[in-house]
Amino acid sequence: MDQFTLNLLFVGASFALYIGIAVWARAGSTSEFYAAGRGVHPVTNGMATAADWMSAASFISMAGLIAFTGYDNSSFLMGWTGGYVLLALLLAPYLRKFGKFTVSEFIGDRFYSPTARLVAVICLLVASITYVIGQMQGVGIAFGRFLEIDAFWGLLLGSCVVFAYAVFGGMKGVTYTQVAQYCVLIMAYTIPAVFISLQLTGTPIPALGLFSETVNADGASSGVYLLTKLDQIVTDLGFASYTEAHKDSLNMVLFTLSLMIGTAGLPHVIMRFFTVPRVSDARWSAGWTLVFIALLYLTAPAVGAMARLNISEMMWPNGVNGEAVSVETIETDERYNWMATWQKTGLLDWEDKNGDGKIQYYNDKNDAMAEKAAANGWEGNELTNFNRDILVLANPEIANLPGWVIGLVAAGGLAAALSTAAGLLLAISSAVSHDLLKGQLTPNMSEKSELLAARISMAAAIVVAVILGLNPPGFAAQTVALAFGLAAASIFPALMMGIFSKRVNNVGAVSGMLAGLIFTLVYIFLHKGWFFIPDTNSFADTAEGSLLGIQSTAIGAVGAVINFAVAFGVSSITKETPQEIKDLVESVRTPAGAGAAVDH
Amino acid sequence: MAEQSVNTDTQAAEDNGAYWSANIRTITVCLVIWALVSFGFGILLRPLIAGIEVGGTDLGFWFAQQGSILVFLALIFFYAWRMNKLDKEHGVEE
Repeated sequence: MDQFTLNLLFVGASFALYIGIAVWARAGSTSEFYAAGRGVHPVTNGMATAADWMSAASFISMAGLIAFTGYDNSSFLMGWTGGYVLLALLLAPYLRKFGKFTVSEFIGDRFYSPTARLVAVICLLVASITYVIGQMQGVGIAFGRFLEIDAFWGLLLGSCVVFAYAVFGGMKGVTYTQVAQYCVLIMAYTIPAVFISLQLTGTPIPALGLFSETVNADGASSGVYLLTKLDQIVTDLGFASYTEAHKDSLNMVLFTLSLMIGTAGLPHVIMRFFTVPRVSDARWSAGWTLVFIALLYLTAPAVGAMARLNISEMMWPNGVNGEAVSVETIETDERYNWMATWQKTGLLDWEDKNGDGKIQYYNDKNDAMAEKAAANGWEGNELTNFNRDILVLANPEIANLPGWVIGLVAAGGLAAALSTAAGLLLAISSAVSHDLLKGQLTPNMSEKSELLAARISMAAAIVVAVILGLNPPGFAAQTVALAFGLAAASIFPALMMGIFSKRVNNVGAVSGMLAGLIFTLVYIFLHKGWFFIPDTNSFADTAEGSLLGIQSTAIGAVGAVINFAVAFGVSSITKETPQEIKDLVESVRTPAGAGAAVDH
Repeated sequence: MAEQSVNTDTQAAEDNGAYWSANIRTITVCLVIWALVSFGFGILLRPLIAGIEVGGTDLGFWFAQQGSILVFLALIFFYAWRMNKLDKEHGVEE
């Protein structure tokens, strides 16, 4: 059986499973659609939340970004896990106690203002739609690869599948499907990593293999640590060293902080803690979620480092001072087949610029390398395009693993992108139908027409995401990082102040959210282009070229500080919160009396 | 009857106050550790602990890529355990 059929088989089988579950658990009521009827066990909920959370960015893109920059991108690892500490300590138990369906409902009630609710809905929509763009990118890449078509057509096809599947399920279907998706994606991520770790270090646990010595072909230890060896090879090729810091620590701290606060402010993640039966379950559930996330996140840095080593050695089979790999080898040797298949997606390319029949892969922007290149007659880096987003999907092929592993990884990548896209669409649709339509415009809407409105708004969100996904503002994980910045600047501060301060009032919260959102959004557009349209940006998106010396992906943390400051400032000069709101805050702070959550 | 109910109310309010400040203390301690392992050991204090070698690199690299995640896990489970105990001590459990 050839690889193409094998991929189709794995992807097809996993899809049949998800759709089967979605049909079996089809949502009948709004309570089931939004909160799965609140009958979900903390461990099950944790697993589903982990799948919901770990998106194309985590599965497909993150290890690739770490592989090509090393230590500097540790922000993704710390940021996307550290947010759960904030969520578990500062938000989840209280929001569960409050007991409504959506994040904006809490903001609307706590700040006793329909305007606050409306502003929260807007913040939520902006963050969620930016996030969906990143997912659609991932879906496009995964579909493009396994059907061996251009990433553009992969994107269109993928969006149809996401649509069909999210629209009919609702939260109940999504929760159980996501449990299945978690299992598929974690197997798909760890199995190849275990193989590769065994090949390179003889250790079956990739997280430990990263810090182990490499082994020779005969299985005996070489006495050289994997990271030492990798540092050596990449610096020999003129790239920045893997383990050292190259980014200024201000940007790294702010970026990490933005991802953390953003995690705790993303509505589709917070919503998951409304689905557990009790307040104490909400606390445990956050812990279980992180356990399941950590399984992937502890493996990811190993995947990145090992893939980087494998790629460098493939390009320089005789060592970095020997002959580079020849074009003929790439075209004929079975071990290099992956390069030809990825070339079809347009995400990988090479060109023999100096016509010597070899492909030299090195950093042609490094002055020290220029000398070596001139001496050897090289005319620039000949591995002309290596999209970082393909690394995880190509990884098993690069390591020459069996065909079924490659099929499994394709299925896993799609599971990750689909589960998050579905969760986000659910958050978007509940924001539109429950908060905007039922909460504001047409309060007398029947349950049936509310469900219909929810499904229509999902469809609209997909169309917007596809259009924006055609011109993504960065690699999948970077696009997603922008969404986190927006959530960090707008939603998290409002929620936290709503619980921990009785002083912050309606006017304060609304001005805080607007200030945080607008500041962050404008800063991002100034650096990434207005509405992410290329070449409409006023500043370069690097630490040096940017307006405040802060990269756009790291600005969310500053936006959050502005939100807090404006909210407290405005609240201190406007009317005090009424007594019934103080009582509401008091009741949210203690778990006693948390019944089943109710609709308003 | 009315007097008694006022008394219980005040007592409940005091109890809630003690419960809430115990909660805030726990949160503060956890967040200090949270910041120390990630922003501290992982980024800003990395040069200070660079002398400690771990598997071909330094301790700061390990904290940035794996160590902080493990500490985060421990923090969340500690907090859940501690708060469930506090809930019972102050009689505010569900």
